Amino acid sequence: MIEVNDLSKRYGDKLAVDALSFAVRPGVVTGFLGPNGAGKSTTMRMIMGLDRPSSGTVRVNGRPYEQHKAPLQEIGALLEAKAIHPGRSAYHHLLALAASNGIGKQRVLEVIDMVGLTEVAHKRAGGFSLGMGQRLGIASALLGDPRIVMLDEPVNGLDPEGVLWIRNLLKDLADGGRTVFVSSHLMSEMALIAEDLIVIGRGRLLSAGPLADFVARSSRRSVRVRSPQAASLRDLLTGDGVAVSSDEPGLLHVQGLEAAEIGERAAAAGVVLHELFVQEASLEEAFMELTRDAVEYHATTTELATAGRTNR
Amino acid sequence: MSTTALGPQDTQRTTGTAGRPAGGLRVTFPRVVHMEWIKLRSLRSTLYTLAITVALVIGLGLLLSSLVGSGEGPGQDDFSDPTSISLGGVNLAALAVAVLGVLMSAGEYATGSIRGTLAAVPARLPVLWGKVVVFAVVSFVLMSVAVLGAFLAGQSVLSSRDMATAALSDPGVFRAVIGAAVYLTGAGLIGLAVGVLLRNTAGAITTVVGALFVLPGLIQLLPSSWNDAIGPYLPSNAANAFMTVGSSGDSLSAGSGFAVFAGYIVVLLAGAAVLLKRRDA
Repeated sequence: MIEVNDLSKRYGDKLAVDALSFAVRPGVVTGFLGPNGAGKSTTMRMIMGLDRPSSGTVRVNGRPYEQHKAPLQEIGALLEAKAIHPGRSAYHHLLALAASNGIGKQRVLEVIDMVGLTEVAHKRAGGFSLGMGQRLGIASALLGDPRIVMLDEPVNGLDPEGVLWIRNLLKDLADGGRTVFVSSHLMSEMALIAEDLIVIGRGRLLSAGPLADFVARSSRRSVRVRSPQAASLRDLLTGDGVAVSSDEPGLLHVQGLEAAEIGERAAAAGVVLHELFVQEASLEEAFMELTRDAVEYHATTTELATAGRTNR
Repeated sequence: MSTTALGPQDTQRTTGTAGRPAGGLRVTFPRVVHMEWIKLRSLRSTLYTLAITVALVIGLGLLLSSLVGSGEGPGQDDFSDPTSISLGGVNLAALAVAVLGVLMSAGEYATGSIRGTLAAVPARLPVLWGKVVVFAVVSFVLMSVAVLGAFLAGQSVLSSRDMATAALSDPGVFRAVIGAAVYLTGAGLIGLAVGVLLRNTAGAITTVVGALFVLPGLIQLLPSSWNDAIGPYLPSNAANAFMTVGSSGDSLSAGSGFAVFAGYIVVLLAGAAVLLKRRDA
């Protein structure tokens, strides 16, 4: 459980994070999206207590991170790949981190095996590829078998097999009751793994809630209607806030009307329908629509951020 | 990647109970010290530098002891007494130890590993004190061995050349020899603290080298009244006061020299602690 409350971070004149509030609940994978420079990494660093908030609070499993007695058991984070001395081996890097929290050598070997670095564990990390560095970062995040796993761009530099592995890993972690908070630029990847979504832009919250709701709210959502009487149907549907388009005879794409409404109007007018299909927008389309609208920045927070959904 | 595919059974272990380490997990100061010890011993470059420093102290001491007064190297007048001849390598070695201190702290900022460290120990200050303990113990033990070796080897060379020698039991000699180990350790701690303050390896090395080794020379260019007023209080000159057997007129006494030198270290470490706690990592 991560609770971010009215969090702000100012660097000189620039407000990198602006009164951000959201909660990340356990048991599901929560995606963290935002354009470049939106403040995702800054927010993650503040969650880890690495950057001090200018105002506001962060609670990790109920209290500020630095108040935990065994921090690595509470949250494991990958914030940047290859943050390791190039002359040190992956094994010793992890062994040192583990030692500080009283985690044994056995667990170090276990996480090395889990991320597939066993063969190179005793080699100098300076020779690691980005993908290997990424795996090492994930290994350090898993070291304390933490209740929260937070990964910043975990699939960067991973091969397709590695991407698949991450996907399964994150789902398993969430299924095991852990809080999983992941940022990524890859929308298709996010659409596959995330159940909840937090979207920020210019440091402010744009949306928080189930990914399905986020996509469904998009105006890009349309209803596909196939009818032999497409022309008369078009007249029935056209109206305020409704856009009807067609790219082949007998087929209409309707935006702004629910499928049920279309069906009822057709039935009332005796128009025959061959197909009536709700076409969801892709996550990417929904994301672009929300973040391109840089002027309005209307926050569309749903109940995710409220106490009713939390497990406490 | 040289490794093979990870099946679902591999990932399941994370979520299974088998992966959860036994209870009693928490951060304690001895554990943070242990972390810093693992970091220090797992870098080959650190171990080499330490070995070279020991070799430097003993080797230069031997060299000077066998050359002094022979007409080839430095004359006997360059040294106040037989002890300082055999400890002639200490100043150069202090440079190496100071750089090592910088690398131990600023090096973590250079590689970004400091964030992992502070995520594991979010209270932060134990990390600094852990580094201080590990560095101080390791370097004091090794440097004591080095300066004692240099002293004993140097005196035996001097004695074989029928020159004046000193014994550890002579007044002030043991204090001067151990003082040299204290100075070496202290130079490293100054490097460590400045490394935390500046968070930049090159900048910290330049600063420490400037303060310890360049400044004393520059001060001598000032009018002698200034030189007399400031000179003795510079860190390396203050250390010299407790590393030499006798005391010359214009330097501090051994006791005040130690107090001044320790004062620098305490102030720098306190500043490092405040900034480490306050700044964004």
